[in-house]
Order: sequence, then C-alpha cells, then structure tokens
Amino acid sequence: MQELRTLIGKEITLEWRQRYALNGMLLYIVSTVFVCYLSFRLKSNQLTPITWNTLFWIILLFTAVNAVSKSFTQERAGRLLYYYTLASPQGIILSKILYNSVLMLILSLAGFGFYAFVMGNPVGDLPMYLLTIVLSSIGFASSLTMVAGIASKAENNGALMAILSFPVIIPMLLMVMKLAKNAMDGLDRSASSDEVLVLLALDAIVVTLSLILFPYLWRS
Amino acid sequence: MKNNWWKIVAVILLSYTIYFGLMGTVPRRAILNESIRNVYFHVPMWFAMIAMLSTSVFNAVRYLRSNDLSYDIKSVEFTNVAILLGILGCATGSIWATFTWGDPWPNDPKLNSVAISMLMYFAYLILRGSFEDEQRRARISAVYNILAFSVFIPLIFILPRLTDSLHPGNGGNPAFSDYDMDSQMRRVFYPAVIGWALLGTWIATLRVRIRRVSEIED
Repeated sequence: MQELRTLIGKEITLEWRQRYALNGMLLYIVSTVFVCYLSFRLKSNQLTPITWNTLFWIILLFTAVNAVSKSFTQERAGRLLYYYTLASPQGIILSKILYNSVLMLILSLAGFGFYAFVMGNPVGDLPMYLLTIVLSSIGFASSLTMVAGIASKAENNGALMAILSFPVIIPMLLMVMKLAKNAMDGLDRSASSDEVLVLLALDAIVVTLSLILFPYLWRS
Repeated sequence: MKNNWWKIVAVILLSYTIYFGLMGTVPRRAILNESIRNVYFHVPMWFAMIAMLSTSVFNAVRYLRSNDLSYDIKSVEFTNVAILLGILGCATGSIWATFTWGDPWPNDPKLNSVAISMLMYFAYLILRGSFEDEQRRARISAVYNILAFSVFIPLIFILPRLTDSLHPGNGGNPAFSDYDMDSQMRRVFYPAVIGWALLGTWIATLRVRIRRVSEIED
C-alpha cells in the first residue's frame, strides 16, 4: 500500500515536472474537437445525436491511445531498471493503471466539457453520461496500460501500439458507446444495468490479467 | 503406428463427413433448403479454430512457466492453423450468407466480432515479427497471446448474445441444435467437429516439425 502510494506520487511529480506533456494532451483533444467543429459547422443542424455520440467516442479513443502509449516510454530504460530493483512488478503496473485512469478522467472530462460547449449537448441523462465517461476512463486506461507495456518492448512501438490496442479495446468501446447512447436518449437507468455490469467485468478481467502477466513482461 | 492412429481417425472421420454431408438426407427447412449441409463444414471449422486457439494459449502459459522455446513454437503454429481455419470459416460462412441472408457480409455482431478477433491475431503475428531476440519474442508474444485470448472469448461468446444477431443461438434465438438438427444430422455433425479439430492438430504438428528441422539446419 505504502509502495503504491509512493509510486503514484512519483508518476504525478514526474508529470508535473514535464507539464508540456499534459498540456500537449489537453491541446490535442481541444484541437481535435475544434477541427470536428469546423468540419461539421456548415451542417451543425444536421448533426444527429448518434453522430454526435460516435464522434465524441472516436476522439476519446485516439486521445486515450496517445496519452497512455507514453506511460512506459517517458522514462529511460536505465531508470525503469532501477525501479524494478526497488518495487514489485504488481506495484508498478497497478500504480501505472491508477495514474493513467486519473489522467484519462481529467482528459475526457475536459474533452467532454469543450465538446459539449462547441458542438451542442443533446444528452438527456447527464449524470449517467458522466458515469459512462468515468467507467470508460478506467476501462481504457487499464486495458491500454498493459498493451503500452507490451508495445514499449518492441522497436517500432508507435505503429505497434495502434495495431495492438485497437482490437483489444473495441469490445469495451462498443459497450461504452451503447451505454452512452442509452444515457443520451435518457432511457430508464435499469435499461443500462447490463452494459454497466459487462463493462465492470471486462475491467476486472483486464486488471487481473495485467497483475498476473506484467511480472513476465518487465523481466525482459 | 502407436502414435499416429489419430491421423487415420481424422482421415476416416473427414471422408465420412464429406460423403454423408453431401449425400445424406437432411431435413427440409424454409430459406435454408440444401444449404443446411454447410452446418457440417462452417460450424465445425469455428469449433476447431477455438480448440486450436485454446491449445495455443495453453502452450503460451507453459512457455511462461518453463522458458522452454519448444512451447513457443507450438503456440505460434497452433495460432497459424487457427487463423487458417478462421479464414476458411469466414469463406464458408459468406457463401452460406449469400444464399440465405442475401448478402456475403451482413452487418451482424458475430461477424464483426470475428473480424476484430482476426485483426487481433494478425497483430500477434506482426508483434512477433518485430523482435530479433528469440527469448524476448517468445515471452512478449506469449503475454499478448493470453491477453488476446481473454478478449476473444467475451467477444465471440458474450457480446453477440447481448444484441440482435442473425446467427442462431444469439440475441434470444435458440441454438441450431434445438430445432434444426435431427438425430440424422447429429450423426454427421459431431464426427465433423472431431475430424476438423484433428486435421488442424495434424497440420500444426507438421509445421512444428518443419520449424524444428529448419532450426537444426541453421
């Protein structure tokens, strides 16, 4: 527990010292949203809610892949080796997952705020939509952290990160989009309970696997 | 001979499947008509693919526990055969879909899930290609293999059942066996499943042996 707290503290300090990375991610999501706004501006009345929702989640998907892929490449190999002598592999992966979840939460809430500001807000059940964003941030961060770990071991990791992560994240993305659509249409919340459960189950599977498999990964 | 009896069984079962699959009597169903015979080819290929992938994951776990490279070779070759069976399953499926659903690739959750999982396993092969060092390649691809399989299972078995699908057994439709297959068909179907799985194993073991020989030559 102590170890976990120290490691998360380390990640946050590191991020704070390299503020350009965090600011870069925020600028990335804001400019993507703005490009979408400009591209759709002429036909903003014809932007159906379903397109609105899909577009938002695609923007978030790309932001997530970009934000999480740097979690293992940010530090030099020698320093990573030093952490491995100090901490347990489970502690390292768990701290990275938790840290990335918080990062994704900040990015996606900021992204949602700006998106709703420029593109309009057709959401019927706002608390449910925000819950979807929270669940998706945790889910994206946990499944992408492990993939980022795998991709960082290969030489050409930028392209590899994309091809490894998209198939793995699609089941989660489909569930999230369905949940978000239910929330947007303002359906009764009991209609979404299935999706919430499946999403939580997928999160649980991915986190458990990361804990089991990461010890084999960091040794190489 | 003692170790090869199952190859003879595979040949016998598949000859039986092909002969009775094409010549045997099948029940008459609306829309399906004679195309119901594809049950002997399309469905068992998917079953065999899942068996091959399970074997591959089993070998990946054994590799991680023992660091023995021979398990890694088995793991990758079983995945290759699974991909081949998957492509054949897609091909037989799209022929079937053309005649029954009127479209070679209808927008169906099961088909989309399968397409995603094929992408996942192609990514596995690309991941393997990006390492020079054998031990490193084996360890990291074993880790990805386990991760991919644990996404594959919910993708194939759970998600399509939550939505509407054209496939039997999904979206509240009863499974094929409940109402379409009579005992005559079962007598061909079950041997077909075993036959295709044995044939897949045979191909995989041959390829493992070729790899071992070529490694000795190097």
